[in-house]
Amino acid sequence: MYVAVKGGEAAIANAHRLLADRRRGDRSVPALRIDQIVEQLALGVDRVMSEGSLYDRELAALAIMQSRGDLIEAIFLVRAYRTTLPRFGYTRPIDTAAMQVERRVSATYKDLPGGQLLGPTFDYTHRLLDPELANDPAIAEPEQREGDGQRMARVSEILAHEGLIEADGELPEDHLTGDITREPLEFPMERDIRLQALSRGDEGFLLALGYSTQRGYGRSHPFVGEVRIGEVELELDVPELPFPVTLGRIRVTECQMVNQFKGSAKAPPQFTRGYGLVFGQSERKAMAMSLCDRALRAGELGEDITAPAQDEEFVISHSDNVQATGFVEHLKLPHYVDFQAELDLVRRMRSEHDKRNQSNETEQREAAE
Amino acid sequence: MEQMDVIDGGFAAPVFDAQTVFRAVMDAMARPGTIQPVVGLTQPPAPLSATAGAVALTLCDHDTPLWLDAGLQVSTARSWIAFHAGAPLAATPADAHFALVASPANMISVENFAQGTQEYPDRSTTLVLQVESLTEGTPLHLEGPGIETSATIAPTPLPRHFVEQWKQNGARFPRGVDVILAAPDAVACLPRTTRIKTMEA
Amino acid sequence: MSTPATDIATYNFAYLDEQTKRMIRRAILKGIAIPGYQVPFASREMPMPYGWGTGGVQVTAAIIGPDDVLKVIDQGADDTTNAVSIRAFFQKVADVAVTTETAKATIIQTRHRIPEHPLTGGQTLVYQVPIPEPLRFLEPRETETRKMHALEEYGLMHVKLYEDIARHGRIATTYAYPVKVEGRYVMDPSPTPKFDNPKMHMSPALQLFGAGREKRIYAVPPFTKVVSLDFEDHPFEIQTFDQPCALCGAEQVYLDEVILDDKGGHMFVCSDTDHCETRQACGHRGHLSPDILETAR
Repeated sequence: MYVAVKGGEAAIANAHRLLADRRRGDRSVPALRIDQIVEQLALGVDRVMSEGSLYDRELAALAIMQSRGDLIEAIFLVRAYRTTLPRFGYTRPIDTAAMQVERRVSATYKDLPGGQLLGPTFDYTHRLLDPELANDPAIAEPEQREGDGQRMARVSEILAHEGLIEADGELPEDHLTGDITREPLEFPMERDIRLQALSRGDEGFLLALGYSTQRGYGRSHPFVGEVRIGEVELELDVPELPFPVTLGRIRVTECQMVNQFKGSAKAPPQFTRGYGLVFGQSERKAMAMSLCDRALRAGELGEDITAPAQDEEFVISHSDNVQATGFVEHLKLPHYVDFQAELDLVRRMRSEHDKRNQSNETEQREAAE
Repeated sequence: MEQMDVIDGGFAAPVFDAQTVFRAVMDAMARPGTIQPVVGLTQPPAPLSATAGAVALTLCDHDTPLWLDAGLQVSTARSWIAFHAGAPLAATPADAHFALVASPANMISVENFAQGTQEYPDRSTTLVLQVESLTEGTPLHLEGPGIETSATIAPTPLPRHFVEQWKQNGARFPRGVDVILAAPDAVACLPRTTRIKTMEA
Repeated sequence: MSTPATDIATYNFAYLDEQTKRMIRRAILKGIAIPGYQVPFASREMPMPYGWGTGGVQVTAAIIGPDDVLKVIDQGADDTTNAVSIRAFFQKVADVAVTTETAKATIIQTRHRIPEHPLTGGQTLVYQVPIPEPLRFLEPRETETRKMHALEEYGLMHVKLYEDIARHGRIATTYAYPVKVEGRYVMDPSPTPKFDNPKMHMSPALQLFGAGREKRIYAVPPFTKVVSLDFEDHPFEIQTFDQPCALCGAEQVYLDEVILDDKGGHMFVCSDTDHCETRQACGHRGHLSPDILETAR
């Protein structure tokens, strides 16, 4: 006897209880605290802030805790919360040249004003697991360099003196910076919109696309002009006040990729640029973003569009991991009504196919006899 | 006194009033020729009517440039809309997402407003016409999507040569404007798909 | 400003902020005015995953009010987990009355089915749509498909359908079967089985479609012509079932195949659970309904 399945509500409630249990794990192990995540899983927190488009370490840490460390799920939580926040205004563009630089490296010059500054990087660590860490060893205080906190000119400014690098992009005077979280996407898009989409885009997706350009799928001869990480001031213009109000500081990673360019009908031979800017410390993401940005400028610079990374609609439509995971994972929702329709069609086509084969065989046999 | 006119008279319960008005407009747009009651939820300064004011607060905000006809331009109503809806004024009728028309009989011709493009026919102006009545004008027989067989409304006043203008509007489909008729206690709509069949003398 | 329940004080009524609702409401009005045309809208990030009904949820949230009665179905059933989850969401954020009875609902949000019970004038059917662009599987580029709609250039779609006939002897599309609305726009009816397509034609109810991830809203007003694409020599046909519902005996309804054992045993029952239950309550019985089996024993 068949009785239709009921009790979806109870099943969902029980699933949530089990999830809460598994999230917490063994109760005899002390629970994580938000401040521990903020302090000790800082790069995970940064990625959630960056792709979640919300600069708030505590909230990002809470999201990581709630999502059991699933960063895309954490990004989703942050995004869903972000949607409900009212907007008080739009800050002035941040000035990354005035950044309190913590790390800054350039691949294009041996040395440059402000110097190469390694900062807190994994780059030259030998990737040997360190069992000592499990015992919470004492960690020495870091060295501070003299003269930190000085304004450090950007490499693009240095190259600009010779006129060999394109200027910062320009948009019409009355252009209002776009926002893909408030307006529907439209292709082709302005670079400001595209950069926003890339900055929110999935690190893994952009990394793979950036990598593909290096392997010849839209090659762009990139050099890291510089990568810099540090804190910048946020300023807001208030109509009643004659000067901008400082709201605070945020940490960002900026990458300026410098690309050799032979020139085209649209532009003279010069160095062109790809740009990457993300919340927090994420060099990989900022560099991948700048490779993708440069690749996506193919049309603007009169280059042939031949590779996936140069295809704006392809890249931007698929770079958002919250969208991607939702749609991929929705396949686990019931589809039995559509499947029934397909089942019926395949059954009928199959029986027609078998009938045809049978009659063909009969004909052949008769012909042979 | 004038300042109070500007600040007062918005929705008493913004969330629910807007929902009520929207459902009336949605039903009217989905069923052209039907008259959907909207009862005095706003008290804007003259010449803006309570119904047109409610429609404006329901649909307009910072993102929707608004065109006002001459009578509204010079009135306190202009500040009232700016205060309550925050909608910027459109530089030209062709830039307007919405047009509020207090005096339809003197309205500039329909083709001056944004018609949308073939790719984006939604980028057209929605005209909100303040009418005195939906039943006492010349009857208009309507056909098209949303109407089972035919429907009749008799709004007054209407823009000059409205039936002819509306025919031209329909010929531009999918481009074209849509009309919300705001009567003292109700709304009715003419989406661009509605055909005005005949007009009795 | 009054809110109907204190427990929703932290969120606005129906979750969305008023500016977002206005934006969606404007898109809905344009959709109604241009039947079958996909209106771009600034879809918000909802507290449920993309692909799980965020478009439908945003449309419902923008139209719903305290007097509405909401029904949510997925695969025709009120008790599938995602339907339960969406219904619970609106109970929580809008404190709205809910029902499983099609006739009692003012708003029905659906995924993959149109209820069997005929809809009426006061009702709005909100579809959850994954891929709103009917031409997307023929041409992946939005820039191209937009041009095709603008120029009413639907040859590609007919070629695809005709290729089906040439290869399979029939149009091998069983769900999300494209329709033409009011003789102008080719529209995706969402992944409902083509069985449901005729219900869209001249329906007294307003039909709204929300695609959250793809950021499109479209509509079919009541009493609007919705014609499934076909050819003179291969007219559109809906699925037929050889047997009635095993529980309520209904014919001419869409049936789900239920597997009974691992030896190929199966039965067919109404996909529309409310329809089936209502019929059973009225005394209708199918050949495998519990009472019949009981009597036979």
